[in-house]
Amino acid sequence: MNKNTIIAGLVIFVAAVLSPIWFNMVTTTQAAPEPELSAKAKAAKKCVLDKFDMRANHMSLLDDWRDSVVRDADRMYTAANGHEFNMSLSTGENSCLGCHEDKEKFCDSCHTYASVTPYCWECHTTPKEIK
Amino acid sequence: MMEKSRRSFLKVAGIAAIGLGAAPAMNFAASDSHGTATAVKGKNHEALSAHRWGMVIDTNKLNEEVVESINHACHKAHNVPDFNHEVDEEKFPNTRPVNPNQDIKWIWEEHFKYAFPDKEDEFLAEKFKHLPFLVTCNHCKNAPCVKACPTQATFKREDGIVLMDFHRCIGCRFCMAACPYGSRSFNFRDPRPFIDEVVPEFPTRTKGVVEKCNLCAERLAIGEQPHCVEASEGAIVVGDLEDPESDVRVLLNENYSIRRKQALGTEPSVYYVV
Repeated sequence: MNKNTIIAGLVIFVAAVLSPIWFNMVTTTQAAPEPELSAKAKAAKKCVLDKFDMRANHMSLLDDWRDSVVRDADRMYTAANGHEFNMSLSTGENSCLGCHEDKEKFCDSCHTYASVTPYCWECHTTPKEIK
Repeated sequence: MMEKSRRSFLKVAGIAAIGLGAAPAMNFAASDSHGTATAVKGKNHEALSAHRWGMVIDTNKLNEEVVESINHACHKAHNVPDFNHEVDEEKFPNTRPVNPNQDIKWIWEEHFKYAFPDKEDEFLAEKFKHLPFLVTCNHCKNAPCVKACPTQATFKREDGIVLMDFHRCIGCRFCMAACPYGSRSFNFRDPRPFIDEVVPEFPTRTKGVVEKCNLCAERLAIGEQPHCVEASEGAIVVGDLEDPESDVRVLLNENYSIRRKQALGTEPSVYYVV
């Protein structure tokens, strides 16, 4: 009697603990969008940091760049891979958007999925937006 | 028998613990040894530099047209909103009517008596009453706005430019109260509907931040002269005040010049040749 109660309890417990897994099995979830690279970015092959570092840390990098440009007037970033970049979000060929030309496909697709709303674009402009 | 198995278990566990601890240490050592190339930040090769940037405005060379073109060049390049601009209703529906007192200015024309209230003498030469005086941020050596800013959004750069980090401005407007020259403007509203054509080289501002002249720090960084200098037909010269050989110092040496509200001790870096 006692043994059966315990086993039944354990089964219920395990089922409850694993409920997110069951839930995901029966419902369909939208897969995380892949940022779509523009032709120019694909051709360039090299970014400021490697792909996974960039995915995880681009916000800290941008924060770091901003302080460096505004406060120290250091605008040239020589990356560990030897390439030089203009430390700018949206101005010029050698900036982030200079290569990743399509903000909607590159920035917004993930930000929307992850439900983050960075306020970069309240001030910074994309060349596309202006047209 | 029992004792032996416990002993051997502890041995194995000990070795396993060492193994677990060793992996991160190995990784750390490995990353350190091959990480010779690190990212470096630096100035642009063509950037202009100075110990203390300053400006000399030759008022005799200014006339209405030049003033107008300087004003236009500066405000256009920095996406300064113009409240007389007709709002595009399609892009910005339901835009409130403007309050002209809330306009934004980086460089503008001022009467002598307002620009130099302490120099308004009883029988002042008639020409001063009509000369257009261009006023802007003085990039003071002892900038009161920098002291007033609670977030260090306004700060003095090493080369003497009083700059703003718009990201950091919380819109408290202490700096506007502190500035004795009225050089600062506050964005009471989103400026974008009032910008005729957004220039992509410079960001716009957002509602709730203060802005002012930045002595074209973004231009100096690419080795070019500020927009006002280029549009001024020689009336404005920007250079290093600390260098006795510089253009500005030569001009100041050869001409009589005045500064705005010197008695306050802010040490403005904008000189007027009169």
